[in-house]
Amino acid sequence: MVALSEFESKQLLANHGVEVSRDKLAKSVEAAVEAAAEIRGPVAVKLCGPSLAHKSERGLVRLGLDTPEGVRSAAEDLLALSTEDDGEVTLLVSEMVVGHRELIAGVVHSEQFGAALMLGLGGVLAEAVGEAVFRLLPVTEADCRDMIDDLGFSALLAPLRGEPAVNQDALVATLLGLAQAGCEDGIEAIDVNPLVIRDGRPVAVDGLVVMSSP
Amino acid sequence: MRSTPFDLLFNPRGIVVAGASTHPGKFGFVALHNVLAGGFSGRVFATNPEKPTILGVEALASVDEVPQGAADLVMVCTPPQACPDILRSAAERGIGAAFITSGGFRESGAGGAQAEERLIELAHSLGMVVAGPNGQGLISTPAQLAAQIVAPIPPPGPIAVASQSGNLVSAFMNYAAQSGVGISRAVSAGNAAMVGVVDYLGWFSEDPFTKAMAAYVEGVDDGPRFAAAIREAAESKPVVLVKGGTTPRGAQAAASHTGALATDDRVFDGMVRQSGAVRAATIEEAYDAVAAFATQPLPAGPRTLVLSSAGGWGVIAADAVSNSNLELIPLPADLEAAIDGLVPPRWSRGNPIDLAGGESRDTIPQAINLVADHPEIDAVIYLGMGIQANTASHLRSGPFFKSADLARICEYHERQDGRFAQAAAEASSRTGKPILAATELAVTQPGNAGPATMGAEGHYCFPSADRAVRALHHLWWHARWRKRHLG
Repeated sequence: MVALSEFESKQLLANHGVEVSRDKLAKSVEAAVEAAAEIRGPVAVKLCGPSLAHKSERGLVRLGLDTPEGVRSAAEDLLALSTEDDGEVTLLVSEMVVGHRELIAGVVHSEQFGAALMLGLGGVLAEAVGEAVFRLLPVTEADCRDMIDDLGFSALLAPLRGEPAVNQDALVATLLGLAQAGCEDGIEAIDVNPLVIRDGRPVAVDGLVVMSSP
Repeated sequence: MRSTPFDLLFNPRGIVVAGASTHPGKFGFVALHNVLAGGFSGRVFATNPEKPTILGVEALASVDEVPQGAADLVMVCTPPQACPDILRSAAERGIGAAFITSGGFRESGAGGAQAEERLIELAHSLGMVVAGPNGQGLISTPAQLAAQIVAPIPPPGPIAVASQSGNLVSAFMNYAAQSGVGISRAVSAGNAAMVGVVDYLGWFSEDPFTKAMAAYVEGVDDGPRFAAAIREAAESKPVVLVKGGTTPRGAQAAASHTGALATDDRVFDGMVRQSGAVRAATIEEAYDAVAAFATQPLPAGPRTLVLSSAGGWGVIAADAVSNSNLELIPLPADLEAAIDGLVPPRWSRGNPIDLAGGESRDTIPQAINLVADHPEIDAVIYLGMGIQANTASHLRSGPFFKSADLARICEYHERQDGRFAQAAAEASSRTGKPILAATELAVTQPGNAGPATMGAEGHYCFPSADRAVRALHHLWWHARWRKRHLG
């Protein structure tokens, strides 16, 4: 199995209609500073490469950078942290996506039932609880609506702390996009974590696509 | 109706109990006993090499002596090594189906697994269908067939059961016997060497005697095929599924029981929901749900009204509805005005409607009709039935029954509860809305005129308000699935 880099993963998902955060790849510290200026507003800088699946655990993500100096120093730190095992790495500069609500979504492979679409609550505690619902691929729009219902937290979908209600059509479209990507040849698994609800719409902030070995 | 192998199993012309025993402690005796006691409509044969007469049946020395074409089903109660010869003889005598109760196959280890494989190859080459092995038997009430090595013989009814555990077939049938909502077909799949739970469900879904199906599974061999089969069955008739082995320790127990592989329960759950089947956590919940599906119309929506002459139960029902997918609607104003015309002003004036003891002779049937007819109400939970008949029962057994001349009031009380049960059943048929009645008297005093009349009307009387609400939750879940997925 081969993992795509975060940038490639999110591009692939975007091609299937999944809204992803605005990202730019930068090969140097200077390029990262320029990319941040183009994106405007606070950014995240992450080390990016096909072998970098567990970036947070290794401290390879810097969030909420809102000055050129901050971006520069973060980019320098991250490049210094990369090891030979990481292979070729670049810097990924992403817009900060802000929302109180985080979901997780993706495609998993079940030995008995094959590929299944997953939707769950995000955030640290939710992951520990493992609250997630599944449907076997292929799925219909009605299946996706059922999944949102099954998650069982209608309060979570309502307007929340100044944010509008979750646009369920947009969430259904995201799920259908993930499912469509999951049905593509050679794709073994997809993990979007977090899927942040911004202004009521889901945005993939981090994504990982795993390809089955050729 | 002799078109499929399943017709041979469930509607055989005649049955042969192979390995019938004279010893009442042996399965081979009980099997023959049950076939005879069940009043099977076809011919009954038994085999035993010593040719004894057992329960009035003169045993044949072997299946070879069964008249050509006289039987379709052989129920095998012999040691496993005798099975291949029995199948050969049976095929030769025109018998197309076998239920093999014998153990000693896959469940006993590698040698048994090989024997099972060879047996199934043989059955295929003979063109026979084999149920089991290592199963407890099957029930087919339209044929009055009880081909089982254990109890019970359930009353006839609209529920079909297929299970990977024989004991849980019995559990469903025991509930059926207790509640009166009976069984059409039931089968213990045993090792399911040739025919599995979903194959039976497929046939049940086309069976005119079956209105709803319940199944117990521990493991799934072919996931995608299982999912497709459940979906096909559920599109045709409601399917209620219980899965054993959902926790690591439970899965361990399932592995040693049926050899089931562990599966991520959340994926299994998603598969079930996607297929339109209803999943129950326990056999009790599953029986409640399948009995509701088999005896009640599906609700058109979630708007639920609780009608109660028993205050506390009304409160518990309100809690249960609030914790379900159902909606405890505010009491419509026109309904409030109408109820006001029936009882003194102390009633609850809300949902639940608690009549607070203000009823007179015709209040309950009138109130049932008012709520059932209301266009903003999709379903009704009716509580408090049986209270009067319960009082009557205690007056009857008390010391003053004769001296205080209590017979007339007792008869009145009993008649009233019978009327209430009838009113609930009739209102449901007339309006096409589910009306679920519940009282613990269904279990604690099954002869009570309320629950007993429900049973006589072919309706299920739920043993508690919360169990009725849970069943209604399942009805609405499946109804909504039908709307969403089948249009």
